[in-house]
Amino acid sequence: MTTPKGLAAHRFGYGPRAGRLPDHAPAALLGKRDRMLKVWPGQSTEQVLMKMAKDRQADRDAANPEIRRKIKRVSFMEGKRQALVNARLELARAVDSDDSYRERLVRFWADHFTVIARGASQLPMTTAFADDVIRPNITGRFATLLRAAITHPAMLTYLNQSSSVGPDSVFGQRVGRGLNENLARELLELHTLGVDGGYTQTDVRQAALLLTGLSVNVEKGTVYLDKRAEPGAETVLGKSYGGARKARIEDIYQLLDDLAVHPATARHISWKLAVHFVSDTPDRALIEDLAAIWLKTGGDLLAVSTALSEHPAANRPALEKARQPFDFIVAALRALDVGGQQITGWNDATLRRIALNPMAAMGQTWQEPNGPDGWEEDFSRWITPQALATRIDWGIQMPRRLRKTLPDARNFVDMALADMADDDLLRLVARSETGAEGVGLVLASPRFNRR
Amino acid sequence: MTQHLDRRGFLRGGLALGCSAAAFPLMTHATFASAPFDHRLVVVILRGALDGLDVIRPAGDRAFRSLRPDLGQDEGPALDDYWQLHPGLAGLMPLWKAGELGFVQAVSTPYRDQRSHFDGQDMLEAGTAMDSPPEFRREGWLNRLLADIPGARAETAFAVGREALPILSGKSPMQSWAPDTEMRVSPQGRRLLAQLYESDLPFHAAAETALELTDMLTDADPPTPAEDDEAMMAPQKVMMPDAGRANAEVAAFAEFAAARLREDTRIVALSLAGWDTHAGQEQGIRRPLARLEQLMLGLQAGLGPVWQKTAFIAMTEFGRTVRQNGTKGTDHGTGGAMITAGGAIRGGKVLGRWPGLADSDLYAGRDLMPTGDVRAVAAWVIHGLMGTDKGRLQTSVFPGLDMGANPGIV
Repeated sequence: MTTPKGLAAHRFGYGPRAGRLPDHAPAALLGKRDRMLKVWPGQSTEQVLMKMAKDRQADRDAANPEIRRKIKRVSFMEGKRQALVNARLELARAVDSDDSYRERLVRFWADHFTVIARGASQLPMTTAFADDVIRPNITGRFATLLRAAITHPAMLTYLNQSSSVGPDSVFGQRVGRGLNENLARELLELHTLGVDGGYTQTDVRQAALLLTGLSVNVEKGTVYLDKRAEPGAETVLGKSYGGARKARIEDIYQLLDDLAVHPATARHISWKLAVHFVSDTPDRALIEDLAAIWLKTGGDLLAVSTALSEHPAANRPALEKARQPFDFIVAALRALDVGGQQITGWNDATLRRIALNPMAAMGQTWQEPNGPDGWEEDFSRWITPQALATRIDWGIQMPRRLRKTLPDARNFVDMALADMADDDLLRLVARSETGAEGVGLVLASPRFNRR
Repeated sequence: MTQHLDRRGFLRGGLALGCSAAAFPLMTHATFASAPFDHRLVVVILRGALDGLDVIRPAGDRAFRSLRPDLGQDEGPALDDYWQLHPGLAGLMPLWKAGELGFVQAVSTPYRDQRSHFDGQDMLEAGTAMDSPPEFRREGWLNRLLADIPGARAETAFAVGREALPILSGKSPMQSWAPDTEMRVSPQGRRLLAQLYESDLPFHAAAETALELTDMLTDADPPTPAEDDEAMMAPQKVMMPDAGRANAEVAAFAEFAAARLREDTRIVALSLAGWDTHAGQEQGIRRPLARLEQLMLGLQAGLGPVWQKTAFIAMTEFGRTVRQNGTKGTDHGTGGAMITAGGAIRGGKVLGRWPGLADSDLYAGRDLMPTGDVRAVAAWVIHGLMGTDKGRLQTSVFPGLDMGANPGIV
């Protein structure tokens, strides 16, 4: 029988852990500390940068091309290895946390501010970005999150801001380098206002000019180099920024703060939240209520996230969304009671076999979406023949590799779905010829794959 | 809906009989052979905005070099005394010489000014104009084309890969598959799955196709546990992007697509990403070009004699800025290029009305002025290939399109 509690844990979290549901509402722990960073700590941005700086120094010190190639090869392998360590950590946190709504929000915001590594040595930065930018800021003000995301080395590198130069700046004039619009455009289109948010190409260009000066230095991380900043004021959405004799990073912060509480931003991100958590075609009332709270509280993400999880339109029983592949794997591991301790003990081959290769085959290659807009939301994007085949195959093949003894398939209905279980599924599972296929049916069921 | 219920009935009947391919009456060659037309169409979406000016370079335009001092310095093969091909596609020159490779310059969709990849791709795949009615925007133009093909069935059109391909999604039945998908289920498991999905249409449809295709493409018998474990011990695919994996994937797609097209599939759609070259384009564009070249040559090799009946078109959401930007790359623009290939096209030409590169020739002072519509090119190819009525093309496939004069591609 579907209960409100079971539905909430299913829709806003990752479902039960071996049948046990959390005894609190989804948003109840959001105001408390994020425990998972303590339980499963990862590398900080500074540590990743330090490693990159070390590799660069080694490259510079290399006596000959032969040694240089060797160093490159080693740093490539080390980057890949660290990325696999990170994948285990991120899975472990999602699986172990009681505060599942927080974990889901981490994924939502990491996707909203998608960064994709360029080259193996940058791979570990994607998790560092999620840990340092997303996790500490998802229950604060959006302006704080926005500033942290836009000025992080991973974002500045991914969307080419680190190499964009004011054409009339001291540096631009001297070396003849100039502007790159990439981050400015995505800041307006994806991160804040939305494509219908009322900005023009001129606003994109003006924002790009204003963002000049922001750059990345492997020793220091994000730096503001006023010699690269375009002199003079820039006008974005009719408001003038900067113009003091010396360009200042504060002018960029001012733009970000204004964008964070712009009505178009409130509407765009409220819509995105509703689409991600509730429906591909969410209720207008839900979007409007969230946007109103956004504007009233100045973009308080705790208030907005809480309102979302408590909104009647977000708690209807119809399961309209598909669990994305990462969510499928996490929910399945929780159902099977495979915990972080086991996950962090997997070797690379096991991690790939259990999680990363199947996720890719389900259409979601870990940390590699196609572009800065992140993963698609449409149900039809995830429940395709090839993706569903892989989910079915995973459900039958993997559980017996993950546990010494497979749970009885009839009990597993409850382990995986708890209050969301239904009798038809139970009857069907009871008729399967093998335990593995019975467990597989549960994991392949529309109930388990929808939310 | 009727269509769906029929297919569902078929699934149930098929499953009740067992799991071998022979139990699926629709999957036999006899019925496959009654394909609606004999030509083949391959449509590739180049996601991220291909820089048409770097790939098909107007080397004869005196302004060109000065607009892009750091791009296009790596000399490529001359197509004629005006156009030069990017050296990354030099492997396609035999096709060009055989008249099986062509280009169209300065084309775009009707999308203007906002230069968003995502809206640009939506419009490209929906085949709509800025003011098209909303019902057209949620389905792909290739899918609408299927509705106009008498006798088209699900396997007539294939979306290849793991990516969503809106260009082929919509009401008409089609198939989608990635070549390396596995599904190991016992006959009883199949029956239970059919019941599990009975009342959930999207799951039902996806599972039905998955079962049909695994039967068609692999041995219908599920592997024994021993084989299964052996397969598990095989070297695993690497997770991170590198040229090796990407190219192997493209090769697998080409092989799979060619195998389908040699049989009863007539239309294949797939996508290649990686064209968003904002910085360091000289290096950055090489990998996607290598993949495109591999795809085209892989198709040609895999299709054998069928290549002569094939038209290949590659299109992108928009072009890129005429001038290089401040970081040796290019930003989002408007007019772009299309690539055509195959034995069914009349290649060896760079088509399109060339607008020129002088400041006053540019769109919004920054982009290549679009002088033709991407959709018109596609429509003329389809018209020539399948004989689809022009009126239908201009109303139901590409609503509101004016095809203009026949460019003579097919």
